[in-house]
Amino acid sequence: MVRVSSMMPPGHVRTPTYLRGKTGVIERSLGAFANPEELAYGRKGDMRPLHRVRFTMAEVWGEAAENPDDTLDAEIFAHWLIPLEA
Amino acid sequence: MPHDHHDHDHLSPSGHPYRADNDTQLSYWQCMEIAMRELLIAKGETTAAEIARQVDVMDARSPADGAKVVARAWTDPEFRARLLADGSAASREMGYDVGPMNLIAVENTQGIHNIIVCTLCSCYPRNLLGLPPTWYKSRAYRSRTVKTPRAVLREFGVDLAQDVTVRVHDSTADMRYIVLPARPQGTETMDETALAALVTRDSMIGTGLPLTPADL
Repeated sequence: MVRVSSMMPPGHVRTPTYLRGKTGVIERSLGAFANPEELAYGRKGDMRPLHRVRFTMAEVWGEAAENPDDTLDAEIFAHWLIPLEA
Repeated sequence: MPHDHHDHDHLSPSGHPYRADNDTQLSYWQCMEIAMRELLIAKGETTAAEIARQVDVMDARSPADGAKVVARAWTDPEFRARLLADGSAASREMGYDVGPMNLIAVENTQGIHNIIVCTLCSCYPRNLLGLPPTWYKSRAYRSRTVKTPRAVLREFGVDLAQDVTVRVHDSTADMRYIVLPARPQGTETMDETALAALVTRDSMIGTGLPLTPADL
């Protein structure tokens, strides 16, 4: 289990706001990719691990979920993920 | 008659308004694009012909490419396994290079329906489907698909049973996605070429289902 950090830094980030603070499971790990938060400003971009994280719609939208067991997968960089005890 | 206006001014014979000429000034970024392109050509980094060729390459891509990949996966179980394990390698095998991106194929089954969106911008598997449809880039599609995918699907004519799990895939970083739709029933005797004709663009985005032989 991982939780997406709820930090709100300025600048270009690729972690959607609607997933910040939400808890999910790593669906698969994708390897390391250049950090888009650096690339966006013309820097080289250090290599950071990228994961596909799966959330339930109940976790993301609460009572407003159409079907709580439907899922949403997104690619989140490791430096945005906080490991949780399962 | 073209000049016989009456009260139908500004309407084409089909009843739609004529599109206005784009006589406005170039925007800052349009100027920047022209300046950069002309500099690259002046300095010998590229040529106008090479740029035109790249535009042609992009325009030549179409959902027919993705449909061939899907039809092969339907008929060749080993290819299907390779596609699901490494979408980039499997599509490259068929001549559709995904470039620096990585392709993930997600498979629809009896109990799972997948749908692709990019909430941040418009990430799309262009190597297999060509340019995205305009609606794919709209705020409405991007914001509603992650929150009410079933309502969006109903608007596309896909009404899923409650016991089918919807899996939404938000392309937020370096992956691109294609849906491997479920092979329609009644297609057992069809070959790969005939099957490819059933595979629609929307069925590979997840907003639609493949055609059935009865639709042809």
